[in-house]
Amino acid sequence: MATSRTVKVRVNGVDHEATVEARKTLVDFLREDLGLTGTNVGCEHGVCGACTILMNGETVRSCIMLAVQADGAELMTVEGLAQPGGELHPIQESFRDKHGLQCGFCTPGFLMTTYELLSKHPHADEEEIKEWLSGNLCRCTGYQDILESVKLAATRLRNP
Amino acid sequence: MKPPRFDYYDPRTLQEALEILDAHQGDGKVLAGGQSLMPLLNMRLARPKVVVDINRIQALSYIRPMESGVAIGANARQRALQQENLIAERLPLLREAAYYIAHPQIRSRGTICGSLAHADPAAELPALAMALDAELVATGLRGARTIPSDSFFLSFFTTDLQPNEILTEVRFPAPPKDMAWSILEVSRRHGDFALVGIVAGLAVDQERQAVTDARLIYFGVGPTPIRVKQAERALIGQRPAEAAWDAAARVAGQGIDPSNDIHATEEYRRAVAATLTKRALRAALGKLKDLNASTGSA
Ligand SMILES: Cc1cc2nc3c(=O)[nH]c(=O)nc-3n(C[C@H](O)[C@H](O)[C@H](O)COP(=O)(O)OP(=O)(O)OC[C@H]3O[C@@H](n4cnc5c(N)ncnc54)[C@H](O)[C@@H]3O)c2cc1C
Ligand code: FES
Ligand code: FES
Repeated sequence: MATSRTVKVRVNGVDHEATVEARKTLVDFLREDLGLTGTNVGCEHGVCGACTILMNGETVRSCIMLAVQADGAELMTVEGLAQPGGELHPIQESFRDKHGLQCGFCTPGFLMTTYELLSKHPHADEEEIKEWLSGNLCRCTGYQDILESVKLAATRLRNP
Repeated sequence: MKPPRFDYYDPRTLQEALEILDAHQGDGKVLAGGQSLMPLLNMRLARPKVVVDINRIQALSYIRPMESGVAIGANARQRALQQENLIAERLPLLREAAYYIAHPQIRSRGTICGSLAHADPAAELPALAMALDAELVATGLRGARTIPSDSFFLSFFTTDLQPNEILTEVRFPAPPKDMAWSILEVSRRHGDFALVGIVAGLAVDQERQAVTDARLIYFGVGPTPIRVKQAERALIGQRPAEAAWDAAARVAGQGIDPSNDIHATEEYRRAVAATLTKRALRAALGKLKDLNASTGSA
């Protein structure tokens, strides 16, 4: 039994260890304990996708997972996309170039979804892109530009 | 930090998990994919004293062949429905259905058994279990019992599972070879729960040009998935064509009991159920024709 525990995770290639309450969600752990505030919290019940991160290479909702469940896992957050020197990832550049963001609140989630989609399906067609993006909400209603951003990112990643 | 305080266990074996649940009769909750339980905890609609996380029980992570069909363990994720060759070969309907279950980012965690145990009447998997005559294996400290899907789902979010039991496996038998299946739903946004959904199965005697068997299961229109036998019977012996689909669609309305809620009225749901009946039967017939073309029969 435990109400708190020690959690070891590797986030964006860096190892972390911390003691957390069992009831703490993974997104709160990332933001509050590790100071990685790029991942946003929107609805906190899995609907909006703002908190989407990668766990062992797959997108998950970090608001409906417990931090303790990530013990031993490899995580990637939006902070892991750009190069250490600050050079943007082609997905980020594409979102900038195609105006895939307005306020930017939903953007980290969209970027991580796009990251998994294009890593696994580099030739994703429009239908497939839409299916994946349907798991993320944007209140600035930028869907068309987001779709264009993902298409551009796909082209750039295929022809680096 | 939103969930209420609880004692957290993540046992490595089923035996341990069952012992913990048994010791906390009624106060313990199983945590599988968490894609339904965690929202309930975050909103404090559920306040279990004890959470038993079964994700670290390796022995429950499997999808394996049975003599006919597949057996799926409690830790198999919904994404596996799209990724496992065994599913594609033996139960292509499940693969097709996965597309309708939430989003890829949810299916990565959500489990197949979790959806069955949760028993949301608008969910796809309970309806698929009913349509395909799945069996559910509930394990407690005294052993396992096998429950047919038509007596597993009792009401809204209510199943035959006891608080000290874990749904350890679901068994989907391979459906009859001459039957073709389709699943369709109408929802507000792709990946949302269905306002109305249907799983339809159809078998046709090619020579006589007559329907020999039919299955019609509706979801989102009652407290559990609803099998409408009157509508199935309306199809038997009929020529597989629009007139028969129309008749089944008319009769279907008598078997379902949709409710009014903020998303749709009862009348709307009935109308959608009728339309989906026709579309699903057309789709199933189309697949039967493909099936026959590929096996070379008439
Ligand atoms: C945004 C969003 C959209 C969704 N859309 C859909 C959709 O369109 N269709 C759909 O079907 N689902 C949908 N879901 C729900 C999702 O599929 C859930 O994963 C599923 O309903 C529950 O499975 P789980 O493994 O996550 O279970 P959990 O959330 O872990 O558990 C749910 C309940 O079942 C119990 N339970 C789970 N596993 C077991 C077990 N093995 N034995 C005993 N009890 C158990 C738990 O104690 C809990 O009460 C959606 C979820 C979200 C967040
Ligand atoms: S904050 Fe996690 S899905 Fe909305
Ligand atoms: S850019 Fe503002 S919410 Fe999407």
